[in-house]
Amino acid sequence: MSALLVLEDGRTFTGEAFGAVGETFGEAVFCTAMTGYQETLTDPSFHRQVVVMTAPQIGNTGVNDTDPESSKIWVSGFVVRDASRVSSSWRAQRDLGDELATQGVVGISGIDTRALTRHLRERGSMRVGVSSTETDPAALLERVLQSPQMAGADLAHEVSTRQAYVVPAVGAKRFTVAAIDLGIKASTPRHLADLGCEVHVLPAWTTWEQVEALAPDGVFLSNGPGDPATTDGPVALTRKVLETGLPLFGICFGNQILGRALGLDTYKLRYGHRGANQPVQDRATGRVHVTSQNHGFAVQAPTDGTAVDTPYGPVVVSHVGLNDDCVEGLRCLERPAFSVQHHPEAAPGPHDAGGLFEDFVRLMEAQRA
Amino acid sequence: MPKRTDIQHVLVIGSGPILIGQAAEFDYSGTQACRVLREEGLRVTLINSTPATIMTDPEIADATYLEPITPDYVRKVIEREKPDALLATLGGQTALNAAIALHESGVLAAHGVELIGADVPAIHRGEDRQKFKEVVASIGGESARSSVCRTMDEVLLATADLGYPVVVRPSFTMGGLGSGIAFDEADLHRIAGGGLAASPTAEVLLEESILGWKEYELEMMRDRADNVVVVCAIENVDPMGVHTGDSVTVAPTMTLTDREYQHLRDLSIDIIRAVGVDTGGCNIQYAVNPADGRVIVIEMNPRVSRSSALASKATGFPIAKIAAKLAIGYTLDEIRNDITRVTPASFEPSLDYVVVKVPRFAFEKFPGADPSLTTTMKSVGEAMAFGRTFVEALQKAMRSLEQSPCQFWVGEDDPGTDPAPWLASAAVPHDGRLLDVEKALRLGATAEQVHEATGIDPWFVDQLLALVELRAEIVAGDLDEPLLRRAKRSGCSDAQLAVLKGVAEVEIRALRHQLGVRPVYKTVDTCAAEFAAETPYYYSTYEQESEVAPSSRDKVIILGSGPNRIGQGIEFDYACVHASYALSAAGFETIMINANPETVSTDYDTSDRLYFEPLTVEDVLEVVHAETLSAEQGGGALLGVIVQLGGQTPLRLAQALKDLGVPIVGTPPEAIHLAEERGAFGKVLADAGLPAPRHGMATTFEQAREIADEIGYPVLVRPSYVLGGRGMEIVYDTAMLTDYVQRSTLIGPDAPVLVDRFLEDAVEIDVDALYDGTDLYLGGVMEHIEEAGIHSGDSACALPPITLGRSEILRIRESTQKIAAGVGVRGLLNVQYALKDDVLYVLEANPRASRTVPFVSKATAVPLAKAAARVMLGATIAELRIEGLLPAHGDGADTPYDAPISVKEAVLPFGRFRTVEGKGVDTVLGPEMRSTGEVMGIDAAFGTAFAKSQSAAYGELPTSGTVFVSVANRDKRAMIFPVRRLADLGFTVLATEGTADVLRRNGVTCEVVGKHSEGRGDDVVPRVLAGEVDLIVNTPRGVGGRLDGYEIRTAAVLRGI
Ligand SMILES: Nc1ncnc2c1ncn2[C@@H]1O[C@H](COP(=O)(O)OP(=O)(O)O)[C@@H](O)[C@H]1O
Ligand SMILES: Nc1ncnc2c1ncn2[C@@H]1O[C@H](COP(=O)(O)OP(=O)(O)O)[C@@H](O)[C@H]1O
Ligand SMILES: [Mg+2]
Ligand SMILES: [Mg+2]
Repeated sequence: MSALLVLEDGRTFTGEAFGAVGETFGEAVFCTAMTGYQETLTDPSFHRQVVVMTAPQIGNTGVNDTDPESSKIWVSGFVVRDASRVSSSWRAQRDLGDELATQGVVGISGIDTRALTRHLRERGSMRVGVSSTETDPAALLERVLQSPQMAGADLAHEVSTRQAYVVPAVGAKRFTVAAIDLGIKASTPRHLADLGCEVHVLPAWTTWEQVEALAPDGVFLSNGPGDPATTDGPVALTRKVLETGLPLFGICFGNQILGRALGLDTYKLRYGHRGANQPVQDRATGRVHVTSQNHGFAVQAPTDGTAVDTPYGPVVVSHVGLNDDCVEGLRCLERPAFSVQHHPEAAPGPHDAGGLFEDFVRLMEAQRA
Repeated sequence: MPKRTDIQHVLVIGSGPILIGQAAEFDYSGTQACRVLREEGLRVTLINSTPATIMTDPEIADATYLEPITPDYVRKVIEREKPDALLATLGGQTALNAAIALHESGVLAAHGVELIGADVPAIHRGEDRQKFKEVVASIGGESARSSVCRTMDEVLLATADLGYPVVVRPSFTMGGLGSGIAFDEADLHRIAGGGLAASPTAEVLLEESILGWKEYELEMMRDRADNVVVVCAIENVDPMGVHTGDSVTVAPTMTLTDREYQHLRDLSIDIIRAVGVDTGGCNIQYAVNPADGRVIVIEMNPRVSRSSALASKATGFPIAKIAAKLAIGYTLDEIRNDITRVTPASFEPSLDYVVVKVPRFAFEKFPGADPSLTTTMKSVGEAMAFGRTFVEALQKAMRSLEQSPCQFWVGEDDPGTDPAPWLASAAVPHDGRLLDVEKALRLGATAEQVHEATGIDPWFVDQLLALVELRAEIVAGDLDEPLLRRAKRSGCSDAQLAVLKGVAEVEIRALRHQLGVRPVYKTVDTCAAEFAAETPYYYSTYEQESEVAPSSRDKVIILGSGPNRIGQGIEFDYACVHASYALSAAGFETIMINANPETVSTDYDTSDRLYFEPLTVEDVLEVVHAETLSAEQGGGALLGVIVQLGGQTPLRLAQALKDLGVPIVGTPPEAIHLAEERGAFGKVLADAGLPAPRHGMATTFEQAREIADEIGYPVLVRPSYVLGGRGMEIVYDTAMLTDYVQRSTLIGPDAPVLVDRFLEDAVEIDVDALYDGTDLYLGGVMEHIEEAGIHSGDSACALPPITLGRSEILRIRESTQKIAAGVGVRGLLNVQYALKDDVLYVLEANPRASRTVPFVSKATAVPLAKAAARVMLGATIAELRIEGLLPAHGDGADTPYDAPISVKEAVLPFGRFRTVEGKGVDTVLGPEMRSTGEVMGIDAAFGTAFAKSQSAAYGELPTSGTVFVSVANRDKRAMIFPVRRLADLGFTVLATEGTADVLRRNGVTCEVVGKHSEGRGDDVVPRVLAGEVDLIVNTPRGVGGRLDGYEIRTAAVLRGI
């Protein structure tokens, strides 16, 4: 069955239906990771996005029940060059195409994904429609233009857990961490748990009082979808955390939330960073980590090492993306608070930055001492 | 960390001659390194013995020593040049071994030379298989269970524990030399015995077999700030048990989830840190159990390796270049990614294509050699191709091999109806295994059956199954636009489709063009289009959007030489690269097409544009089309295609391209035909009054016999249109002729056999010359050291000629000019002569760059290939003399008598091959070429130049010890003086009876040993095997009775004598 992909500027691609039959809309973004499509699909940060995989052959290892980063596939559409007919892995349980169909995710295969990627690179991320029911590009385009924009979208509450839950510490419990779920990936609490943290995963709308009631040793702000400029609740919560001096660690969206809490601005990148090969330098050590990234927005701050004065004391850009000099991390100099824009939990991607979880634990240790 | 300021002068060690397992890729890496160092303002001194390299070009280093890569010669260079640092990690194992020896003997320290890019203890930890296993264990990794053995008894004991099959490997050798898989005790004796001999430290490692596991290779880089990146992860289609160099390999990995891939990445980083690789590249190999994902670390190469070149070409990440920068102190984040120009090198390339490498073998050259693939690398070259899917890339790579059969369905393709024999055949790894897999699937074998039989991952099998299904559709259906497009997207060539549809290839092409199904060109950009690419490094695929930009300069396409093979190697790449440089310098836009990842020509900054494509008519035509469009849009013009520099590969395409309207620059295809076709060439010679050996052409055995009777035995027989003397033999009588015809199935009306009078004891002479239509520039005259009958590629030669007088050289010059004019050459011409009884016979003329062009250029310091490229585009020799590209006066016929002598020696791969029974293959040379590479020795006198060439090729000649002499009767007189001289020098002489008699009569004392065939047990073979003999002089006894010689020679190869 054929399928149609139409971008909001009218560029059209024709391919084959992949996954569920139907129609879907979202923001078209491309991801350059060569492995880990299952983790990507289930990352809540991709909510309302149609993901274009630049690696051409996808689905080769099928899907399993251990690799997902959340309970469902979040992408609103999936675009690949070539979808595998079989699944080959001792861990494979189902085929990717079937999984997409079961979860009602509309996809398209067989299109020139490199041409599409170059288009997005040159013109920026934009809205897109994918349909295996519509044959008229003009009609689909009309609906694309009616679909919502990503800029200004407050999405964290759409993906957040409704109910708080606890991920128990592995081994002896050393700390209690309140993790605000703005679109959290399963491997983040797992990493903390491995370091002896009992992680209370809390909904995005959790109040300071609710956090305080848990008497946590630290607060964690997760990754998540949407425009950070609209996410006010978690920003207010973060300010409270900063005031009290509780250790705080944020990842991705959490980095943007900390930035906003400190009074910094965020902006939308032309086409974002999505992949598993992004070089990030730790300004303190000079070391470069190859990181996993997935962000369309970024924090505005000086990357030359100068500290910015904020109501919570000076803050510096601790990590910088070497490809485009983008802010990839913030560190408060007078508060036990820091965050990174990239994903130390990886999944998918390299584990180079995994030590940041230990940094967070050290902050909690220091606070306790 | 910025560049170190304490290093001003670096000595770089090259890799020496091209060998199996250590080939052209080290020219590529060494060249990159030298360039980088000079760009950084350092003085570079280079030592390398191979003339056919870009690396040894005068502009690459400040001082170049064409000397043997032995610790002794390197020391001499150090003493003279006094470098601050030594860089040896880019010249393969040869360079590294020499550097380690110098480090350990204290020479480096004594001269204050720092070994950069390598840390000796770290190298030991990486290369010593036992130490490496300890490292692996220390980071929590797993190695195959193993045991180090120093004697055969220990070997047997260890096997009792490990169980059969068991893998036997010597340490400190590369390319798996001497290693193998033993299935029983006989195998064990054969392989372990060989292994003990091949390893300088005389120990072998026995290892539990993990045959059939998935095999992976990760190419890594580390800088001195401890930043580590994985440049490329490569998956082997052939599972464990086939050397990665002999496997079909693919990047990126196709059958690993992120978890498994990251596990390999984590292990690699832990290992590289634990080993302590200083800076630079290294690779680590893994086996993954397909049943449960258990990972075993196989080995690491703590240096730039064979697969680094592959990884560089596959990703656009120039490993060698970056390794050189890291060695002088930069860190990865300080180095720019050349392709994007804005992002740093501290990232990991992301591929939005699939790249496949296929090996090229030369078993036909070594009759009797066991063609099954094991842990010892046997391939002589490789082809690589890009596509947007695995099958597309695979099919493009396969047709890049230029062999028959190498594509599915083309050539003899009658598989019968039963898949069983094909499954059985595919179960034993061998060249062309995937062809068997396809046949089995076509005949109904299931994917599971194929997986069971071969261990090939089901995903790859399914890719082939999809192709088989597509084939059925094509055979059954109408080749309409959608189907044709799907076929092209699966990498099918017009030739394949033509076979399936039973029509001519041109018809498919016409249909395809009519339907508008043409390839587009995508860019290899390291980043999956995340950033704009500044380097036009293209591959074809069937998609929507092409990325070829318009250009305004006049352009020239240069066709490369395809995969390395015996007879057509790096020498041709050298000529192509030179043409590109010369034409760029003259203001042309240069466009390279080639499919060989091991070479400098496929470096993205060698030419203005690079198309990594198969060298077939179809693929070249499409590039021509794309470049014509680019010229139309940009205002430039496509001047033409150069076909005479890449050896026989492009030459074969010349006529077809011209017929299709593609302009060919230089010698026109008609002239090429005049020289290549015997009859036509005979007429050229006759018109010029030049003699050739008497000859005839036969299409039946009867005819062949008549011709032979008429011209007289011995005769030389061969199929027409060959390179490297394929299928060529010397035949002494009718019986041998019958035998030859029976063995070569080739004879027939379409495949005539040439019969030439064989000139015995003639002096063979090789000439390279340049002709512009009026003037001839004689590049050089080379006199072969072996007599005619040994292929010119295998014999040693000297330049200037050592026994030819002035008048003979002038005669050669005159004859060459007549041939050039008669054929109509514009560019290079190579002529081979045989001088016998004062008659100068013309053996053959090749209207193209020859194997010896680099040697001549290096020996005379005249860039022949550059000049040739200019001549092809209209410059005259007179103009080039004024410009300074050629000397103002004189040429290769006027070398002064006191000029230094250059000697070229061939390097042969016999040590790699074994017969099925495990014996060595015979090493006698003949008219069929077998060498893989060559070296050069230069000195004031012939003797020392020759000795240098020998050391460079085979290691130092012994200066004392025991010599064994056994020669054919005809050679006994010639032997007396040299052997007496050896005895005077203190050698102990052993000889077989006949030889001993002659020696004794001439006053040489010697010990008699028996003949092996007499079976008395006192023969020399065991003593050779025991290492008691240091030098062997042996000539085969002509017809028959060669067995003794065979035993002796194979024993010698085994012991490296
Ligand atoms: N234990 C083993 N069992 C089966 N095959 C093996 C084993 N070890 C190595 N091999 C095979 O032999 C090849 C060569 O071995 P390797 O250690 O890589 O040596 P080299 O130094 O020659 O590259 C590998 O590519 C692999 O396919
Ligand atoms: N008539 C001949 N007599 C003696 N040797 C010959 C004769 N013809 C060819 N040879 C030997 O065979 C080798 C290969 O022959 P050649 O015609 O050069 O083939 P190729 O095209 O493979 O280079 C030559 O280098 C030469 O040593
Ligand atoms: Mg290996
Ligand atoms: Mg020849």
